[in-house]
Amino acid sequence: MVNALERYHGGREWLASTLVWSAAALVIATFCWILGDILWHGLSHLSWTFLTAPPRNAGREGGIGPILVSTAVILGVCLGVSLPIGVGTAVLLAEFTTDESLFGRLTRRSLDVLSGVPSIVFGLFGNAFFCKTLGLGFSILSGGLTLACMVLPILIRSTEEGFRSVPSEYRLSAASLGLSRTTTLVHLLLPAAVPGLLVGLVLGVGRAIAETAALIFTSGYVDRMPESLLDSGRALSIHIFDLSMNVPGGDANAYASALVLVVLLLAINGMASWLAEHWLHRRIVTA
Amino acid sequence: MTSSMSYPLSPSNRDKLVIGLLRLCATFAGAIVLFIVVFLAIESLPTLRHIGLFRFFTDASWYPSQGLYNLTPMLWGTLFAMVGSVLIATPLGILSAVFCHYYASPAVARPYRWLIELLAGIPSVVYGFWGLVVLVPLIGAIHPPGPSLLAGIVILTIMILPTIALMADANLANVPQQYLRGAAALGLPRWATIRRVVFPAAKSGLFTGVILETGRAIGETMAILMVCGNVVQTPHSLFDPMRTLTANIALEMAYALGDHRAALFVSGLVLMAMIAALVGAADWISRGRIYG
Amino acid sequence: MKPSTSTPDTQPWVPLEKQPACCAPSPLIEVKQLSLHYGQKPAFHDVTLSINKGCITALVGPSGCGKTSFLTSLNRLTDIIPGCRVAGRIRIDGIDVLAPQTDVIRLRRRVGMIFQKPNPFPLSILKNLEFPLREHGLKDHNQIAAKIETVLRDVGLWDEVKDRLSSPALALSGGQQQRLCMARALILSPEVLLLDEPCSALDPISSGVVEDLIVSLRGRYTILIVTHNLAQARRIADDAALFWVQNGAGQLIETGTVRQIFEAPRDPLTAAYVSGMRG
Repeated sequence: MVNALERYHGGREWLASTLVWSAAALVIATFCWILGDILWHGLSHLSWTFLTAPPRNAGREGGIGPILVSTAVILGVCLGVSLPIGVGTAVLLAEFTTDESLFGRLTRRSLDVLSGVPSIVFGLFGNAFFCKTLGLGFSILSGGLTLACMVLPILIRSTEEGFRSVPSEYRLSAASLGLSRTTTLVHLLLPAAVPGLLVGLVLGVGRAIAETAALIFTSGYVDRMPESLLDSGRALSIHIFDLSMNVPGGDANAYASALVLVVLLLAINGMASWLAEHWLHRRIVTA
Repeated sequence: MTSSMSYPLSPSNRDKLVIGLLRLCATFAGAIVLFIVVFLAIESLPTLRHIGLFRFFTDASWYPSQGLYNLTPMLWGTLFAMVGSVLIATPLGILSAVFCHYYASPAVARPYRWLIELLAGIPSVVYGFWGLVVLVPLIGAIHPPGPSLLAGIVILTIMILPTIALMADANLANVPQQYLRGAAALGLPRWATIRRVVFPAAKSGLFTGVILETGRAIGETMAILMVCGNVVQTPHSLFDPMRTLTANIALEMAYALGDHRAALFVSGLVLMAMIAALVGAADWISRGRIYG
Repeated sequence: MKPSTSTPDTQPWVPLEKQPACCAPSPLIEVKQLSLHYGQKPAFHDVTLSINKGCITALVGPSGCGKTSFLTSLNRLTDIIPGCRVAGRIRIDGIDVLAPQTDVIRLRRRVGMIFQKPNPFPLSILKNLEFPLREHGLKDHNQIAAKIETVLRDVGLWDEVKDRLSSPALALSGGQQQRLCMARALILSPEVLLLDEPCSALDPISSGVVEDLIVSLRGRYTILIVTHNLAQARRIADDAALFWVQNGAGQLIETGTVRQIFEAPRDPLTAAYVSGMRG
């Protein structure tokens, strides 16, 4: 009787084990295939010239210099707008609203919904609001502002976490010393919450760079070096899209661009993980 | 007492100013979603009024130049792609997480987890590109044409798999050690423990994660656009090319005018509604759970 | 009584003044019918007592009878505790503490507080002390330095930390951190000190040092100390007040001098508690 039970268990266990290991193997194999493919085809076209030269012949030849610049500028606009608003909102939600406050709950709920909106809808909104209504047209500014809307929930959530992790004793002892809330905030709480903020920032940057759908109708397709914020500019992700879908023979450069994008994102996400692991545990700060 | 207090602004007034500024920031942030809905509505209302919502589901087909605005083929495309990818990605993702926690040695689990995190960070356009140059020709060799529902499902699966795995990983990590020790003390073997103790305990967290990823699958645009072929038709087999709601918007927005453009905004609203329903379901399920 | 860590130094150092134990009662703090609620739950109800100036008053009683909550209402820390409501009257040196128009920041400079768990800010020792001074308007660098040295000598930390004022405060031992917190509260020259079980998170030796420090402050400051340790209350306090939970909320059972409470209590509950038969 005992033997029958063990065998039954044994058979089940063996099956489960095989299933699990096969799943893992499948996953590893697929991803190695994809990454390997990109690495293989992209590495051969990668060079310093590639990174700095302007694209020629609709991108089949030349490089991605102006595109990297456009990407950086769009990112700059995005962060320049979302950082102040995001940190301000996070501070308000973490420090100045109670759990019952209607304002707090509404804001949080609306940010939750915002984080679920698909990127193409952001593209629609950006097109309707920034390009048409505000009259910015297809421009880096429109693209950056649209991305700012996308990145805001991530930034706010992470910064709020950073503030919540500051022990409440600091607030109580600061208050008992007669320190104003502003002072407590600026000198005590903000420095302690910086790790959370940085993690959110880096995650937001990662999301923004990877974005394509939100940018197609807001920042445009032009692949020249942008002269001003109102110029149209092409981001790296859009360049990959264009080369692969609209430009026959553009695959080679598309591979190289994809490699650049992946490496960038790896660096950014790696940094976020590292920050989250190491900095969020450091409490002692020498001043 | 310390010497005279001189502030440019008294502390309580300074506090009031700062709180006022912060409130402004939060109002901006909170209002964005409202703006989105409002602008979508503004752009689509005129068309909705003189075409009527009904026709979006009953017209002959989607043929804007002839005034036909049936969204249904695209809805089916979205639905099939989503269901297919979620059906495949969920077990694979959960099994990956189970692998990391219970089957792999730490030396193997760490790089594996690292790989999954890496993959969660790859942008959709890169997956779409790979799909276009590698997967689609492959499928085309088996059963022409290449761009198809199958390609869409595969790429979508690859895209949502890492996040499902990571969420499942976090949920499994939250299962209290006591449950596992209790099972071990009862002499339960590994898979039995997982099936009968861990899964029920992590159930609602896993479920929520899956629902959120389903929302993401619905909203995915670029990769699907690049591999699905973009033919307006209800797919009848895995190898039929098709078009999703999102791809539809992305493809036609560039040259759409008037009613056509407004119709695209309507489909944007439909997308929002679908995702809102999903998020609402996730919310409702995870509410009132004692654990998870 | 000098703190035990004093050593001869180049600069002449004036030991703490010690006024004789002030038993001519002149109330500095008057509390009338004070009640406090967290949401719907009452913490304590209808507390009326007077605290004498310059004396050490011990608030004793088992946990959960509102002693700490009582302390936090005296410096209006209850304002920043969510869901907290206070009713009644508190007068400190004539100021109506609970009135909405009272300048809370000024109040908190005159009433200092030390918490159970030492919580210096995550800054250097110097910055911990400099920060409150600058906040309250003192700009002169020399005056600040002088005050910092004075207060560190008062708490007996000067010799231990004078060479490492820029090192992190969190690197100090528990007892040192608590003394630093006391220095931080004292540097604003308050009139009242509220101590919430200041020794309970410390080891016995540090506890003794902190206790000596508290005793040395008698006369210069009006001190309220919440303590579970009846022996400590007996050792250092002039007056005592017993709290107890009755009818679901904290109540004040009896107040009086320490001699009265411990040797001739009026209430049988007090007698039972101080003799160790209850609580």
